[in-house]
Amino acid sequence: MDTLMLSRLQFAAATFFHFLFVPLTLGLSILIAVMETIYARTGNEEYRNMARFWGKIFLINFAIGVVTGITLEFQFGTNWSRYSQYVGDIFGSLLAIEATVAFFLESTFIAVWAFGWKRLSPKAHAFVMWLVAGASNVSALWILIANSWMQHPVGFAIRNGRAELTDFFAIVTQSYAIHEIIHTVSAAYIVSAFFVMGISCWHLLKKQHLSFFKKSFKLGLNMALAATLIVVIQGHANGAKVARDQPTKLAAMESFWDTKKSAPQYMFVIPDPANERNLVELGEIPGGLSMLAYHDPNAEVKGLKDFAPSERPPVTITFVAFRLMMMLGFFFLFLVIAGWLRRDTIEQRPLLLKAFLYSLPLPYIACEAGWTLAEVGRQPWVVYGMMKTADAVSPIAASQVGISLLAFIVVYTFLGLVAFYLMASHARKGPEPEAAWPEAATEEVKYA
Amino acid sequence: MLETIWFALWGILWAVYFVLDGFDLGIGTLGPFVAGTEDEKRAVYDSMAPYWNGNEVWLITAGGVTFAAFPKTYAVMFSSLYSALLLILFALIVRGVSMEFRSKFTSGFWKRFWDTSLWIGNFLPALLFGVAFANFFRGILIDGEGVYQGTLFSLLNVYGLMGGVLFVLIFLVHGALWLTIHSKGPLRQRAARAAGTLWYPLLAMAVVFLVATYFSTKLYENYLKSPFLLVIPAAAVGSLLMIRVFVAQSHWWKAWTASAVFVATVTLFGVTGLYPNLLVSSIDPMFSLTAFNSSSSPLTLKIMLGVALVFVPIVIAYQVWVYRFFARKENSVAPEVGPGQEAAAARIG
Ligand code: HDD
Ligand code: HEM
Ligand code: HEM
Repeated sequence: MDTLMLSRLQFAAATFFHFLFVPLTLGLSILIAVMETIYARTGNEEYRNMARFWGKIFLINFAIGVVTGITLEFQFGTNWSRYSQYVGDIFGSLLAIEATVAFFLESTFIAVWAFGWKRLSPKAHAFVMWLVAGASNVSALWILIANSWMQHPVGFAIRNGRAELTDFFAIVTQSYAIHEIIHTVSAAYIVSAFFVMGISCWHLLKKQHLSFFKKSFKLGLNMALAATLIVVIQGHANGAKVARDQPTKLAAMESFWDTKKSAPQYMFVIPDPANERNLVELGEIPGGLSMLAYHDPNAEVKGLKDFAPSERPPVTITFVAFRLMMMLGFFFLFLVIAGWLRRDTIEQRPLLLKAFLYSLPLPYIACEAGWTLAEVGRQPWVVYGMMKTADAVSPIAASQVGISLLAFIVVYTFLGLVAFYLMASHARKGPEPEAAWPEAATEEVKYA
Repeated sequence: MLETIWFALWGILWAVYFVLDGFDLGIGTLGPFVAGTEDEKRAVYDSMAPYWNGNEVWLITAGGVTFAAFPKTYAVMFSSLYSALLLILFALIVRGVSMEFRSKFTSGFWKRFWDTSLWIGNFLPALLFGVAFANFFRGILIDGEGVYQGTLFSLLNVYGLMGGVLFVLIFLVHGALWLTIHSKGPLRQRAARAAGTLWYPLLAMAVVFLVATYFSTKLYENYLKSPFLLVIPAAAVGSLLMIRVFVAQSHWWKAWTASAVFVATVTLFGVTGLYPNLLVSSIDPMFSLTAFNSSSSPLTLKIMLGVALVFVPIVIAYQVWVYRFFARKENSVAPEVGPGQEAAAARIG
């Protein structure tokens, strides 16, 4: 394999792995902050125990999120140096802003939170968690603005052989970014909510810590309901935006070959990219695709054949990723509504409890599928319509990248296993009675 | 002008990073040599646990600012140093998870495993940062296209390795002083002794490095041109001597502060000598990347300057607050509660 292919694999491995931990950070931080706020307001100790129990899982997850983010920050330079030179004027500044406004805040205050249980008043302690949650979400905002710019570059001019910034405001307020932020951040809340609900249901099925996990479940359920509604409804707008800004991605995610007015939508499709057609097309909804993409049943939709094969993204991957994400989205909506209707008697409904338990990994899959769609569907461009991925790669030896890719696989697999083991064993143990909390010292020490 | 301001900020960010994370790197490297018992090992961890993450963000910011202000330097520097940089990054990953996860395992095997990885995760970056910076001073094999013509091993030249050893010694003393302040009993005594003893090889290495710098690099040219800049190396020499004076008086906070000044001025000494170069080409000075030929557009530099002027002071303010917050914690620990008891209370994860 050449440097390009190895670098793509390495970047994909590193970002996918990073994004296994990011969503939980984004949503669970908010849930914990809510728990602590309730405790600070009502003095109900159960909510403090909840914040502690979920907080420990949070810290494990956070640690891996942080260490895997650092490699990403430097990989644009190591593996995509031509890209970095060409667009650094814009893209680099967005990354630097993310670090200064968000990473400092979250990394500094997470330690205050972890070590400050006894030294801070309940209100102050809750406030610190709100700071961490706010900073994490602000970091997502900036990185997604950066990613949106790659999907839909605006506010620049090509000068001095590179893209130079002309309108910063246009970049941070463009609609592509707003959609991507709403969609990705809500998706992250779905992950977090299902995580909390899944673990809660495991305990409820075992009929232990009933009150504790029912309360946790309900907090998760509220978040899940809001986030799922937003993701599914706003997902359509996302599709419409892709139709307007990235016609090749839209055609690929629908496996749509021939340009047509009043394009139909099929319920079931098997793509056959080798022959530029679909093997199977079932369940036609006339005008459906035109309607979804342009809100007009007669609108023309461009097919893949309108683009040279070298300009098309990999069709099957993009298509499958989209269908998978969308189907999971509707499934989440269905499950969450079912749970909502029975939220007060949930502990007596083993079937629902099991459904929530086994659904725990699904939002992770939906998120990774969404990123696959967004990133693979953008190919062959690294910056859509402006720079090809093949022109972005660093002029370095393939052997170097091969070795580092191997190292990524080995180290990340190990990290993944350790994190999974730690989170699972902690989740299984359940909340500790307050008597087991360290009281001997004036201040607890988490690490050591 | 904007380019020069950003060059200065770039140097300052690296200096702050080395001052702050330097003590983590030093403690992690020193740890196994001064901590014997399990309680002592825990105390070593505790002395950096609340800080390392916030400190590391200075590195992320230094990287991000290189990207934003000097994209071409970011691109050429990090692709040229590919293997070395990835080694540093993997080491930092390993360090971070060792810090967080050690307490969660009870078996002796896993404790030893995390202890070993913590050591590697601190020693390797300390060494490699030194090797990298010495090579920046000396120049690396980049051609007119910004393509690196050397290998990982061309970085391991004598001058580069001297830089590596120097950085390790600097961080060892810096970390030993921090550990002295933040520990008690025999551990504290051993850390204090390490700081005093390691100071001598540090002094020797610093002298050797300064002389070698004269022969291997062009760093002194700027100083000959503008002699007032010599206050920077003078401050470095002065603070190095003050470390020893304060150590002899057992004034540990003052000694650490002197060491912090030393770390900062050593970094600034190199960076000032480089100006206006960011990445010197040892093939032909024509190919060197400077603050002027590799910078971002004036608009980007202006916007980023605005961001930096607003947010960096805020960051400094709350990080100072957090350091004091944790300092209060230590003072509030009654003297009879040694690190042992404190840690014994900590088996919560
Ligand atoms: C800020 C920018 C940014 C962000 C937030 C993401 N990506 Fe990305 N992605 C890139 C910037 C990028 C890139 C630098 O532009 C790559 C490298 C090569 C390429 O074509 O785009 C890329 C490629 C790339 C590829 C390989 C595509 C291919 O080469 O066929 C995958 C699978 C992903 N990304 C997945 C992700 C995931 C799972 C992300 C979630 C965190 C993610 N990306 C966020
Ligand atoms: C490919 C581009 C990305 C880069 C370069 C990047 C960079 C980083 C870095 C350097 C960190 C560590 C910060 C620290 O030490 O505190 C980090 C953590 C984080 N990143 Fe990313 N990131 C990327 C993608 C994303 C995306 C797409 C999101 C969100 C939607 C995201 C959200 C976060 C969050 C919330 C954290 C906090 C730590 C955690 O995950 O637990 N990142 N990232
Ligand atoms: C019916 C439901 C959904 C629709 C119609 C939908 C639509 C879309 C579209 C069109 C994109 C591509 C945007 C682009 O390339 O810029 C996308 C991306 C994405 N989706 Fe979905 N989505 C749905 C449900 C979900 C669910 C349930 C999740 C996760 C829990 C999810 C997570 C993501 C993520 C992480 C991305 C990548 C970030 C982005 O580009 O916004 N989506 N979605």
